[in-house]
Amino acid sequence: MQILEIWVASLLTLCVFTFLYRDNPLYRFAEHLFVGVSAGYLLAVQYQNVLRPNVIEKVAGGNLMPLIPAALGLMILGRLAKRTHGLSQWALAFYVGIYSGIAVPSYLQAQIFAQLADAVKPFGAGWAAINSALVLIGFLAVIAYFYFTAPQNRVHKAAARVGIWFLMVAFGASFGYTVMARVSLLIARVQFLLRDWMHILPPA
Amino acid sequence: MRNGPLFVTFLTGATLIAIFFIPHHRAQETQSVILEWADVVYTFALILGSFSLWIANQTKVARRGEGWGYSLVTLVSLTLVTVLGVVQGVSAGTAVGWIYNAINAPLASTMFSLLAFFIASAAFRAFRARNVEASLLLVTAIVMMIGRVSIGEFLWEGFPPLTEWLLDVPNLAAKRAVAIGVGLGAISTALKIIVGIDRSYLGRS
Repeated sequence: MQILEIWVASLLTLCVFTFLYRDNPLYRFAEHLFVGVSAGYLLAVQYQNVLRPNVIEKVAGGNLMPLIPAALGLMILGRLAKRTHGLSQWALAFYVGIYSGIAVPSYLQAQIFAQLADAVKPFGAGWAAINSALVLIGFLAVIAYFYFTAPQNRVHKAAARVGIWFLMVAFGASFGYTVMARVSLLIARVQFLLRDWMHILPPA
Repeated sequence: MRNGPLFVTFLTGATLIAIFFIPHHRAQETQSVILEWADVVYTFALILGSFSLWIANQTKVARRGEGWGYSLVTLVSLTLVTVLGVVQGVSAGTAVGWIYNAINAPLASTMFSLLAFFIASAAFRAFRARNVEASLLLVTAIVMMIGRVSIGEFLWEGFPPLTEWLLDVPNLAAKRAVAIGVGLGAISTALKIIVGIDRSYLGRS
């Protein structure tokens, strides 16, 4: 079974890599297989982790409350037919309402207050102080760049310009980091082919 | 009735905000139950999405449209994995566990690894040091890429600490400001939805 797993994984990996040459039937097969398997897997996981314990088992145990979200869930399936389309809006409204309500205090706490608290801290000693000062200057400059409510005067424009520099460095860092993360994945795939499948590389 | 869904959004949204500020264990239990319910609704939304995928591919197969064979692959794999996962479970040792290891995980990581080539080639074509801002982006990206691999350290031992500094200082400053902007945007959008100003999620303007 292990050998079959390695062979299937290796052949599918090669199918995807053929796209580097150009679009071809092998790649399209792997692509469509990926879509089907991923969607099926996600659905099965949600069934096993959510629907079964939170609805089916509870209702079977005599608790009828989970029938309320189940009914709302069934209403969302109303989207499949024109006549029942309106029903799905109730379920959608419930879902969007919940996550909007969750978002207000959690974003306030985790994004805004936490970031502000970290930005306004006493500086460390030596080089750490210079770095802390740079972080504070950069933070204020980027905030200045994002402030569009009032027309910019000369000082504001200068601060916004510095903010753009900081943003560009951040975008460059994020870009480089993302590329290298993808390269790491690529190296891992090639290592898998050479080590586990072809046995050219020694075992790790 | 037309405004019924808007009332539901207001009620659930306002309740969840209020619950956050109530330090009673009943309030926290209520929040857990509501979140559990939301998970159930989300699962049905996934079922709807899978139905939609199934119908689109099934129509293509029935009409023998272009590339119908690939749609058949999607149909078979979707049906098979869903049925096996629902009947047997998805944990290690099951058929779906095996499918995940043999098909899903390798395909996902290979697809993402392909992006390395496409991002790099797109960057090669798009990155030009036309002005100070573009040059900063270009230089930072190059330093990050070189500094994260062994050859960077081999060329100059200052590369790895420099990449760390780029991530910890200028990157942190910008990301912190962006996080606050994102937070403010998310809160204002959420409040607009709760009070019924933003109705786009219901397909209304």
